Amino acid sequence: MPVNGYKPLIVAFCCNWCSYAGADLAGNNRLNYPADVKIIRVPCSCRVNPMFVLRAFQRGADGVIICGCHPGDCHYTSGNYFTRRRMALLFSMLDYLGIERERTRVEWVSAAEGAKFAATMNDFAETVASLGENKRLEDLRCKK
Amino acid sequence: MQKVTAKTLSGKAASLLNAGEVKYVLGWKKGEFDYDITPALFESAEELEKDFVWNDFSCANLSKYLIKYTRSLSGKILVFLKPCDTFSFNQLLTEHRIDRQKVYAVGVPCSGMADEKKIRENADGITAISETEEGYLVHTLYSDAPAFISKEEALLEKCLSCKGWAHIALDEQIEGEVFAPSADRFDQVKALENMTPDERYHFWQNELSRCIRCNACRDVCPACTCEKCVFDNPNSGVENKAAANSFEEKMFHIIRAFHVAGRCTDCGECSRVCPQKIPLHLLNRKFINDIDSFYGEYQAGLDEGSRAPLVDYDTGDLEPSQVFDWRDGQNA
Repeated sequence: MPVNGYKPLIVAFCCNWCSYAGADLAGNNRLNYPADVKIIRVPCSCRVNPMFVLRAFQRGADGVIICGCHPGDCHYTSGNYFTRRRMALLFSMLDYLGIERERTRVEWVSAAEGAKFAATMNDFAETVASLGENKRLEDLRCKK
Repeated sequence: MQKVTAKTLSGKAASLLNAGEVKYVLGWKKGEFDYDITPALFESAEELEKDFVWNDFSCANLSKYLIKYTRSLSGKILVFLKPCDTFSFNQLLTEHRIDRQKVYAVGVPCSGMADEKKIRENADGITAISETEEGYLVHTLYSDAPAFISKEEALLEKCLSCKGWAHIALDEQIEGEVFAPSADRFDQVKALENMTPDERYHFWQNELSRCIRCNACRDVCPACTCEKCVFDNPNSGVENKAAANSFEEKMFHIIRAFHVAGRCTDCGECSRVCPQKIPLHLLNRKFINDIDSFYGEYQAGLDEGSRAPLVDYDTGDLEPSQVFDWRDGQNA
């Protein structure tokens, strides 16, 4: 979904049990969502180490979204509750370092919510595209 | 100048050594310069008499050394802990990193420590520093008359927001007055939060670009106690120095801050040892401030055995998407 001609690269971490199945449902229902979204399947949203997010950014992702089961519905009972805390702190820290807060998102998508998955990805891709290329997180340390 | 004298402490340690209560004493001794007081292990009363130092430069937090020494030495180790160090000590006990049976912990009241960097900023070629009631007399190579710097001017940043005592784990506590805090420790964090993202980014870029990756912050941190650290490259052949890859090189500070999030006691050692004067404690304090405001007040090391906020959850926790709006509401 290009905005001003810019096609963002988006990494979506999707949990195996809900969101990945949700993405599958979106595909089965022929719902469109941008091809710029690269889905990485993880066993649970809490498998996403904060370093994965940073690494995605450092390797050139423009936005990172983490999708998991709705709180209370985790396949492993409580994984997504930990994700919620971790990512709240990580995103808050990224914002503190001056990274645009719209580049990061956590969304709960169940296996039955194909439409929500497509809508979320469309919206996120558009938001990230309007922010343009992610330069700041490629190297936090060195001066440009 | 400290209200409790070095004589009191070394006398206490010497009597316990002589009585056979303890076999070793973990304290401080003079380094190369007057301002560089380093941690030291003493084995006899004579050594204590000769080398033991307790003054405004005895800043080093000794709790992390206990991990190494309780494993390598047999016999009880006496350790001196300042109020802020007791938090680290409790946290390490909580994490089962220290064998409590082998430690004799003595709490030392502290009257505030001096920051050698602040003193050295205005003085080149320091030959000696003498303490007075109000501050420090700095003798240099280039001038006959010593320069005076007041205690307030030279005070270590972390002492401004002194946390006071955490009593729980001490065997003994030496009586005395503790430095009273004068500042809210989250002032700077809040000031940064109120900047625009661009201002924040430039602030951090300016600070972090000075990093020389000496790993001093990691090595001194009482929360960084992993046997195998992600920042060490097992293939380099040189421990502690080489980066595993460019990723961790570039994201070092934020990764390290996240690794200690929820366990950091805000002891301020990272900023104290940084040779490049990077305010690393501001990263840790950001996490502490967030944890406090999102999940309720939590001070790591305040009580032994408490559950760290990042290995705990509540079904009603804030959603990551709500965090910013919520905080903007709080700051407004």
